[in-house]
Amino acid sequence: MTTITHAREGRWLTRAGRWTVVGSAVVFLGFPFYWMAITAFKRTGDLYNVGNDPFVFNEPPTLSHLRLLFGQTLFLRWLLNTTAVGIAVVAVTLVLAIPAAYALARLAGRWGERLGIAIFLTYLVPSTLLFIPMAKVVAVLGLQDSLWALVLVYPTFTVPFSVWLLMGFFKAIPREIEEAAMVDGLTRLEAFVRVLVPISLSGILTVVIFGFTLVTQEFVYALTFIYSAEHQTVSVGVPIFLVRGDVYYWGSLMAACLIATLPIAFVYDLFLDRFIAGFTVGAVK
Amino acid sequence: MGMKAQRALAGALLAPAVLYILALVGLPLALAFVYSLGDVRVGSTGYRFVGLENFRSVLSSPTFRAAVGHSVIFTASVQAIVLVGGNALALALRRRFRGRGAVRFLILMPWVAPISLGAIGWKWILDSIYSVINWLLVRVHLVNRFDPPMWLGDPTLAMLSVIVVHSWRLLPFATVILLAGLTSIPPDILEAAAVDGAGFWRTHFEITLPMMRPIINVAVLFGVIFTFTDMTVVYVLTRGGPYDSTQVLPSLAFFTGVLGSDLAAGAAISVFLVPILAIVAWRMLRVAARAEVV
Amino acid sequence: MASVETRNLTKVFRRGQPGAVNGVSLVTREGEFMVFLGPSGSGKTTLLRMIAGLEEPTSGEVLIGDRVVTGLAPRERRIAMVFQSYALYPHLSVYRNIAFPLRAQGMPRESRRAKVEWATGLLAIGHLLERKPRELSGGERQRVALARAIVREPSVFLLDEPLSNLDAKLRTSAREELIHFHRRVQTTTIYVTHDQVEAMAMGDRVVVLDRGSVRQVGTPREVYDDPADTFVAGFLGSPPMNIVDADEVFVGFRPEHFLPEALVPEPRVRLPFLIDTIEYLGSERVLLGHLGAPRFGRKRAVSRLSSTLPEEFSPGTEALFAVAESRLKFFDRRTERRCAARSVAWE
Repeated sequence: MTTITHAREGRWLTRAGRWTVVGSAVVFLGFPFYWMAITAFKRTGDLYNVGNDPFVFNEPPTLSHLRLLFGQTLFLRWLLNTTAVGIAVVAVTLVLAIPAAYALARLAGRWGERLGIAIFLTYLVPSTLLFIPMAKVVAVLGLQDSLWALVLVYPTFTVPFSVWLLMGFFKAIPREIEEAAMVDGLTRLEAFVRVLVPISLSGILTVVIFGFTLVTQEFVYALTFIYSAEHQTVSVGVPIFLVRGDVYYWGSLMAACLIATLPIAFVYDLFLDRFIAGFTVGAVK
Repeated sequence: MGMKAQRALAGALLAPAVLYILALVGLPLALAFVYSLGDVRVGSTGYRFVGLENFRSVLSSPTFRAAVGHSVIFTASVQAIVLVGGNALALALRRRFRGRGAVRFLILMPWVAPISLGAIGWKWILDSIYSVINWLLVRVHLVNRFDPPMWLGDPTLAMLSVIVVHSWRLLPFATVILLAGLTSIPPDILEAAAVDGAGFWRTHFEITLPMMRPIINVAVLFGVIFTFTDMTVVYVLTRGGPYDSTQVLPSLAFFTGVLGSDLAAGAAISVFLVPILAIVAWRMLRVAARAEVV
Repeated sequence: MASVETRNLTKVFRRGQPGAVNGVSLVTREGEFMVFLGPSGSGKTTLLRMIAGLEEPTSGEVLIGDRVVTGLAPRERRIAMVFQSYALYPHLSVYRNIAFPLRAQGMPRESRRAKVEWATGLLAIGHLLERKPRELSGGERQRVALARAIVREPSVFLLDEPLSNLDAKLRTSAREELIHFHRRVQTTTIYVTHDQVEAMAMGDRVVVLDRGSVRQVGTPREVYDDPADTFVAGFLGSPPMNIVDADEVFVGFRPEHFLPEALVPEPRVRLPFLIDTIEYLGSERVLLGHLGAPRFGRKRAVSRLSSTLPEEFSPGTEALFAVAESRLKFFDRRTERRCAARSVAWE
């Protein structure tokens, strides 16, 4: 049901305006990815010929860049590293954040709100402020050049975010459900684990997805703590280590970007609505 | 379960997360200040308190002053672009239309892609020789084939490029937040405005935007944080060049502290991020408090 | 001030689905308070919104003051609307809320001030000018919404269930204020509600709607005493009319006409009544039961008796009740519309 708030002629104008805006946005925001795709499959000769029209395949497309990427670089290794770190970090995050979110949503009352906001605000402390002392901490612990340094440090941004999201999801479920379980004989803890957690599974899944996304995007800590190419993550490995000297292997580079981005984008789009719901509920009493 | 027991349970459940945050955020934060007030190098284990010495030398450095300027200019420009653009895009996406789902997916990509990968993509698009943008500009005879714009080689153009890449990345985020704000406005208020005689622009500026103010605040606050404290775009795109013209506070801190091994100076530089963070945190709390009242 | 006319107005939301509004044609009189009455889903709000210009009709025309306004934006129709939620601008003061339509017209500040003062004087809310809507009570909000509506001196007022958000106690006084307000300004008003008590109390004429079609248009007395079909008969009146199936016709009689035999003069129809429950409501009693005569197959029936009458009843007993013949309403079995009286075997 669309409300008519302007006369018929005005509505036509609005429609044209809308398509202009949406069209420009799609071109501006989407073009780099389109370009990555074209570059990934263009033959090197075609790619580096300034005379050629860059929008067409002047020579037939090729898989050579992909072969280079997977065969002669550490890209696969980086994907594995990132995935491993992601899984570990998400696990740590869930262990820390789920109980904390429960405590804040159900047990803490007035100061629970405040503490929740305080915890969330620590998300705002940027890695570019902490990375220097953090480098020293990592060195002292002997974790330099190790992925474990990332597993140790990444929860500093996934935990505050997850606590906030989970608080929102838990709050959206009426207390009465656990209270009914407690009347039926379960302790509070049992009610939490056996009733609340299963119900909020989709919310927990959302937190998992977003935690993983945050991990794959992180750049500063990975750049600071890890030196050797074999231990790098995708986010740092691709722009820094896919370069031989001064030469950028653009075909493989663009392929790598696309491969690393597309899966995350699909999953993110699926969970976005749930994410927004959880985020805004956390802000409402 | 009594009140005391409940509180004890709450404490126990909160302890791991809170302790972790204190140890790995609070401690390094404190250390950042400690380092900035001392003499520390990467290799050494000693520490010598030097007071405000580091700050004095950092503040007198022209590179630092330029970096502060760049940080401010970039952040302000990006916020302006992203707010106006996000506003327009949110308005355009408000009503359902065929293909809206696909559009939403495409529009999200810059935000979802790892920052460094998006930046390296732009680096290729803006490459001095092979830039597709230059090819297009030459084609439509806007620039000379032998004198194309050096997007990442000319100081002014490089600054512009950094602003564009940041805006490209933040626009989806701002759009999503503003769209959520737009859809939270009760439709009958907009209908009342229509019946009252207000046209599109008046309704938008006098009714819609004021009602969206808290959401806009949140979008701006996050946007400022994401731009001001980010070093990835600058690092990947230009490494701070050419001639430090795109150097910003966080990247300068990195080059000085990590690559230059002068931890103390690096810490001192990054400490200058704190005032911005404090202001943002304070404003966020105000927004949250006002949301409680209403 | 103008009259509103709709010609064959239809609104179909989804192709293939029945329309929300089906070919409605009506004309208001100038200065009249007309009520659109119907259950939810009857199309009354959609009809109002098409008159306002907030919905585009699938077919048909809307005229305001003899001017065809179909296709015009709301602001070009010289109407004012009060929404169910009042839709006050939450970030503006009461003064600014009321002045907003005038600003939209481009009226200079001095004239605006004068008009706002006039409107707020009319509704006695001059002391609330600096407050924000969230600081006002429900009744005060209604008055602000009315002031905002009247300030432009529109030809027509459209009100969409403005009393439903108030609690019951407040509703009666708010209702009185609305009637009082209408009498003062005399603007043609269309009022939408599902509450038939409101419709009867307020309307000069009532338009009864069911599933997108008009069943009857008439004064409150006409739709109550002279219902056009079984829907109108059953919708107005609480408790609803008793309608029984008598072979070739439906016969209806209202609870207040279904009384102990001794109280009903001839010519009358005797109907044995098995009383199941008695509700004592203070000023009256409601007797729920079913008809005893075998031909009606234990059909449920309701009677309303004033408590001032001395007769006593107990549940589980059968009493001899009757209805005056003049009070019987006959409805054609197939079309469900009112038809002439005919003889029926009552035993």
